Amino acid sequence: MNSVAVSTAHLLLGLLAAGARYGYELKRSHDERLPRAKPLAYGQVYATLGRLERDGLVEQAGQDREGGPDRTSYALTGAGRDELDRWLASTEPPAPHVNSELLAKVTVALLVAGAERARATLAAQRRAHIARVRELTKVKNDPVATLDDVIAADYAIAHLDADLRWLETTLERVADWHREVHS
Amino acid sequence: MTEPTTLLRAHGVVRSYGRTPALRGVDLTVAQGEILAITGPSGCGKSTLLHCLAGILTPDEGEIYYGAHRLDTWSERARSRLRRTEFGVLFQFGQLVPELTGAENVALPLLLAGTGRRVARTAALEGLDRLGVAELADQRPGEMSGGQQQRCALARALVTEPRVLFTDEPTGALDSLAGEQVLGELVRLARERGTTVLLVTHDVRVAGYADRELELRDGLVDGDGLGLAPRAPGATR
Repeated sequence: MNSVAVSTAHLLLGLLAAGARYGYELKRSHDERLPRAKPLAYGQVYATLGRLERDGLVEQAGQDREGGPDRTSYALTGAGRDELDRWLASTEPPAPHVNSELLAKVTVALLVAGAERARATLAAQRRAHIARVRELTKVKNDPVATLDDVIAADYAIAHLDADLRWLETTLERVADWHREVHS
Repeated sequence: MTEPTTLLRAHGVVRSYGRTPALRGVDLTVAQGEILAITGPSGCGKSTLLHCLAGILTPDEGEIYYGAHRLDTWSERARSRLRRTEFGVLFQFGQLVPELTGAENVALPLLLAGTGRRVARTAALEGLDRLGVAELADQRPGEMSGGQQQRCALARALVTEPRVLFTDEPTGALDSLAGEQVLGELVRLARERGTTVLLVTHDVRVAGYADRELELRDGLVDGDGLGLAPRAPGATR
């Protein structure tokens, strides 16, 4: 399983911890609890539930065929609860590789177009990041914002803030960097 | 839609400390009711710009306008009167008088402006209540948390119902949640009353609360985002 699938699988296990649910309920509660994340596609929910069932982590808990297609509800198995526990107890490895399109773009700008272009790329990116921070801050301070919205926006803002610190520092370093690259 | 009214304007502002230039020809306009963040790295001149706009410092060159008035040519006494009646200030810390209670601290600007004691106290209690900290009325700053002190200082800055609020790293001494809460209140009250706010900060999370950001770099406005190419002091873009 790739890392995205792992994360969806564990999210679904987590959402099933409170009791059996239908696939569409899982999708709805995922999208509600993680309002800033990409909404789950139904196909993804059912495919993931299928894999979890195959691996013995969830089981079918009931069928409902009232006035529509068959609907199956799913429940955590003992193994599923153990897997959820294990996942919650593990820490995420801090990403070891710098793998950013932004870094690549600035590096290329410096190599092919010089310091001014690299600086312009950084400055334009800085403006775009700040505009996004402003949007997210508005979302957070909207009187109808839920604590889910606020916490998700905090997460996004903190990451943008980290990028912005890097942008600032790199802006200050462009001249030295250019000298080194072209020496 | 009507054009926004310009409330504050700086033109070609130069200011040095001895031989060290802090501002090297800054132009800016601030619309009435706007919340403007002034950002930039340490030493870029942002606090000096704020002090010039608030009439605390006078520029060596250039002009500062408040509405139709040219502020930089006014006497210290006239500027001081303006600051007491039309402006509010909120800084990082150390603003409350330790011997006075919360309510007495908040009432202070009104008392200095000649308001009667009873009216000033009522306004102070209302101001604390609006910020959700009515319980601080009888506490001394030493008994308050950092966030409570800053709310108290904010209530004091707003008690005269200023048209412009000047703030310099208003949440710099607070942890991030307390800082957020103070900023949230500051922006909410400013919006309710149409108060213009100038917010000096080095923190983009604070700047996120503003309508617009003005970045200073080496004493110049980084208007086009490049900003590192110096231009002649006083030159306009």
